[in-house]
Amino acid sequence: MGNPVMQQQTELQHVNVKLILQNHADADLEPLIPVFHQWIQDQPPGELLLDIADYQHVPAGPGVVLIGHEGDYSVDNTDNRLGVRYNRKAPLDGSNEDRLKQAARAALTACRRLEEEPRLGGKLRFGGQEIEIFINDRLLAPNSDATREAADSEFRAFARKLFRGTDYSVTYESDPRKLFKVFLKSAQPFSVAALLESLG
Amino acid sequence: MKVSNANWAEKLAGKMPEHLAREIDIFETELTLRKQGKVDERVIAETRLRRGVYGQRYDNGQRHNGKAVQSVAYPSGSLTKGPNTMWDAPGMQRIKIPAGGLDAGQLETLADLAEEYSDGIAHVTTRQDFQLHYVHIEDTPSLMRRLAAAQITTREACGNSVRNVTACPYAGVCPDQAFDVTPYSKAMSKFLLGHPDCQNFGRKFKPSFSGCSQHACGLASMHDLGLIGVTRIEDGKEKRGFETYVGGGLGAVPYQAKLFDAFVPPEEILPLAQSIARVFAARGEKKNRSRARIKFLIQDLGIEKFRELVLEERKTLPHDPRWTEFVAEAETFEETPLRPAGKAPLLGTEAFQRWVKTNTRAQRQEGYVVVTITLPLGDITANQLRSLADIARRFTNETIRATVEQNIVLRWISQADLTEMHKALDAVGLADPGAGTIVDVVTCPGTDTCKLGISSSRGLSAELRKRLGEKSFQLDESVQGLHIKVSGCFNSCGQHHVADMGFYGVSRKMSGYAVPHFQVVLGGEWEQNGQSYGLPVIAVPSKNIPEVVSRLTGRYAASRRQGESFKDFIKRTGKVELKRMLEDLARPPADPSDRTYFSDWGDPREYGLLDMGVGECAGEVISPVEFDLMAAERELFEAQVAWEGGQVEQAGVTAYQSMLRAAKALVKIETQSVSDDPGQIVREFRARFYDTQKFFDPFAGGKFAQYLFTAQEKSSEPATQDSARYLIDEAQLFIDAAHSCYNRIATPVSA
Ligand code: HEM
Ligand code: SF4
Repeated sequence: MGNPVMQQQTELQHVNVKLILQNHADADLEPLIPVFHQWIQDQPPGELLLDIADYQHVPAGPGVVLIGHEGDYSVDNTDNRLGVRYNRKAPLDGSNEDRLKQAARAALTACRRLEEEPRLGGKLRFGGQEIEIFINDRLLAPNSDATREAADSEFRAFARKLFRGTDYSVTYESDPRKLFKVFLKSAQPFSVAALLESLG
Repeated sequence: MKVSNANWAEKLAGKMPEHLAREIDIFETELTLRKQGKVDERVIAETRLRRGVYGQRYDNGQRHNGKAVQSVAYPSGSLTKGPNTMWDAPGMQRIKIPAGGLDAGQLETLADLAEEYSDGIAHVTTRQDFQLHYVHIEDTPSLMRRLAAAQITTREACGNSVRNVTACPYAGVCPDQAFDVTPYSKAMSKFLLGHPDCQNFGRKFKPSFSGCSQHACGLASMHDLGLIGVTRIEDGKEKRGFETYVGGGLGAVPYQAKLFDAFVPPEEILPLAQSIARVFAARGEKKNRSRARIKFLIQDLGIEKFRELVLEERKTLPHDPRWTEFVAEAETFEETPLRPAGKAPLLGTEAFQRWVKTNTRAQRQEGYVVVTITLPLGDITANQLRSLADIARRFTNETIRATVEQNIVLRWISQADLTEMHKALDAVGLADPGAGTIVDVVTCPGTDTCKLGISSSRGLSAELRKRLGEKSFQLDESVQGLHIKVSGCFNSCGQHHVADMGFYGVSRKMSGYAVPHFQVVLGGEWEQNGQSYGLPVIAVPSKNIPEVVSRLTGRYAASRRQGESFKDFIKRTGKVELKRMLEDLARPPADPSDRTYFSDWGDPREYGLLDMGVGECAGEVISPVEFDLMAAERELFEAQVAWEGGQVEQAGVTAYQSMLRAAKALVKIETQSVSDDPGQIVREFRARFYDTQKFFDPFAGGKFAQYLFTAQEKSSEPATQDSARYLIDEAQLFIDAAHSCYNRIATPVSA
C-alpha cells in the first residue's frame, strides 16, 4: 500500500498565516474599514473580494474581516494577539510548500499594503518576529501529536527559508480542541519586505 | 470548498443518528443534481431553506462598492442556488436549537464550525437559534454532519415550515413558573419536525412556550402558536395544562395572538398542534406571500370559526402514540445541579457587584442562581465558546440555554461559586454586566448580511452599546431597566415592537440623496409576554438615533411619575409632544457639506438602496409534487452511483423505485389515497395519466409511460449489467416526462 512515509504526510490545505503586529494594545481598527472597502473597489487580480464583517465589539475576536471568495483577510485579535491574517478558503493544487508560500505571501502583501496605507498612519506594523501558521480544517490536520510529527519538518524547512537560516523557535498550540497551529518566532526582527524576498 | 468535504460522512459514520445522516446524504445529492442542472432553481432554493441554508446580501451577484454597482464575478458563473442567487455567494446557515438548550460538547462543535466554515463568530438569534455567516453552500453538508454528530439538526430552520420551538430560558428554575415547560416544548419540537402535515404551508409557523403569563420570556402573544403553562385543581389534584394562543406574529403589521383555549391538557398539545397545522396547510393563503401567515387566516375566518375547523380536524386525526408518550416523563423531568447549593456573601470588586446585580437571578431552588452571559449583538467567538464549555462543565451539569435576547444563560450555579465563576468568565471577555438592561441592545442582522436590510441595525446597536455602556451605571435606575430592539427593516426580525424603544430601518431623501433612517417605535412592552406593541412616532436619520435615545431617557428620568413605566410615560406624553421633542432631529443637516448623514453606522460607503435583494423570508411555495419529483431524481442518481460501483442489482431496484416515486407524485395530484404498493401505483398511474393521455409527450406519445409498465413486469428479474444501464436511462426519460406532465398541468394554457 505505497510508501509509509508518504502515508504519514499531511495535506496542508486551508493554510492561515497571521503576522503579529507591534503595539497592538492601543490599535484602533475603525480606520481599517474604509481601507478594506477600497480594496473591494480595486479588486486585486486573481481573487475576488466580497464584503466586510466588523467584529470590533467582540473581545479577543476576529477584528475586522475582509471576506473574499478564495480567502479572507483580517486584522484579527484572537487570543489578544493582534495580527494581519490570511485565511485560505479555496483548495489549492501543488505541494504543501507551495501552499504555505501562497498564504504567507498573501498575508505579507496585505500587511505591506496596510503598513503603507496613509489612512492608517503607520499604526498597524508587523512586529518583525512572530508568525502563526495554522490549518483551518480539523479533518485534514487534527491538532494531535501525529499531525505535529508529520508536519514538523515542513514547517521547519519553511521557517528556515523565511528567516534565511537565522535562529528561530517553533512551538505548537497545545489545546487539542483548537486548530493545528504552529508559532514561529525568529530571534531577530525582519521587515515585511525582507520576508517577501525570502519567499522568492 | 473544503478539501475535507469528501471525508466527513465516513469519519462520522455511526456517530450521527441514522435518519439525520440519511437526510444529509440526500441533501448533498440534491446539491449535486442542481449543479448538473437536473433540479430547478426554485426547488433547490426551498430545499436548502428547509435545511436552514439562507441567502445573504449581495448573493444576486451585485454590490454597490461605494462608488458604483460592481458585478461580482463568482467562479461558478451563472450557476444559481435559487432565483437570482449565485451558487458561490456566501450564505447564512441557521442552526435550530429547540428551547435554546445546549450542552458543552455542542458549544464546542459550534466553535469548530464557526472557525472552519464561517468567519470565527457564532451568532445567537432572537429565536434561540445560532447562525453562521459567509458559509459556502458546498460546505453545508459537512457542517450539517458535524452538527448531527452533536445531535443537532438544521432541518426546517428556515423556509415555509415549523421553525424553532422556543421556550423561556428560565423554565424549570424560575420562581414564577407554573411548572417546567421544557420537556413539553422539546416534545413538540420533535413531533412536528419533518411531520408530513407540516410540509405544505404557505409560510412559516413559529411555536413558543412560556412558564407564566406575567413575564416576557416566551413571548407567547407574538407567536403563531403560544403555550403558557398553567395549573388547575381537578378532583382535588393539581393538573397541568396550557393556556393556548394562536395567530400572533410580528412582521410589518404585528398581530396579537388570540386565545384558543384556556386549558389544554399536556396529552392534547401535540394533536392540537397537528390539527392546527392541517388547517393551516389546507386553508392558509399560498399565493399572496404577505397574507400567508396563520394570523391572516384567523383574521379572515374569525377565531370561532378557526377553532371549530381545528376541533373538527382533531376528531378525524388517526391516533398517534407519540401524542402521549412523553407526558409521564415530562411530569417528573428535572435538571440537576453539579455543585451543592451555597450561600456566600456577594462581596467583591465593583465590577463583580454590578455583574451580580444585572447578570444573576435567583432560582426557585434555594442557593442557586441563573447567570447570564451578555453577548454583544449576540456574537461569540470560537475560543469563547470553548471556554464557556469548560466553565459550564466546571460549575454545572451543562445546563446551558440561548435566549431570545441574544444571550446565553447558565443555570444551576451555586451561589457559593459566583466569585470564581465571574473570574473565569472575565478572563475570556464574557463577564460584561448589563444583561437585560438598556445596554443589552437586541438586533437583527440588518444590512450587514440581510438582503432586505434598509439600515444598519447592527451598526446602530454597536454604537448604542458603546455610548450607553460607558455611562450605564450613572443612568437613572428607571432608565437602566429599559429595552432597546432594532430591526434593519419593517419585517421586525429584531422584534422592535416589543421594546420600550424600538427602531426599524427606513429610507428617506434629504437634499436629493437617500439617507438611512430609523423609524422610532415607542411604548411597546417586553413584559407580559410581549403583550402590547409599540407605535411608530417619527423617522429620524440613523446618525441621530443615539440623540433620540438620550432625549427620551432624559425626559423619562426627569419627569417620570412615581412608579410610572416607560410605556405609561409614552402614553401620557402623547404622540404629538413626542414628535415635537424629536422633530429637529429629523431635519436635514444645517451644513449641506456635512456628509455624515449619507452613510450608515459602521459603513462608510455612501448610502443607497441598490444592494437590497429579494429576501428569502418566505421561501418558495413548492408543491409536494415538485419535492417528490426531486426525490425521484435523487433516487435515480443513487442508482447510477450503485451501477458505477458495480452493485448492478441494487442499481436496477433503485432505478425502478425512482420511476415509481415519480409516478406516485403525479397520482397524488389527483388522489391522496395511494400507498407504496407498486401494483397500486402503476394501476392508478395507468388509469389517470396513461389512458387519459395526460402523460403523453407531444412527440413521443405514451412511450415513456411504457418504460414504467415494462419495468414493473420485469421487476422480479434481477438486473444485469446491461439491463440496469438501460433501466437507468429509461427512468431518466420517465422522470423528465413526469416533470413536463406536471408543468403542463400546473400551468394551464390561457385562452
Ligand atoms: C419578508 C421577509 C421576512 C420577514 C417577514 C421576517 C420576519 C421575521 C420575524 C417577525 C422574526 C422574529 C420574531 C419572531 O417571530 O420571533 C424573524 C426572525 C428572524 N429573521 Fe426574519 N423575516 C424576513 C426575512 C429575513 C431575512 C431575509 C433575514 C436575513 C437573512 C432574516 C433574519 C432573521 C433572523 C436572524 C431572525 C431571528 C431568528 C430565528 O428565527 O432564529 N429574516 N423574522
Ligand atoms: S428586520 Fe429586515 S433587515 Fe432585519 S433581518 Fe429582518 S428582513 Fe432583514
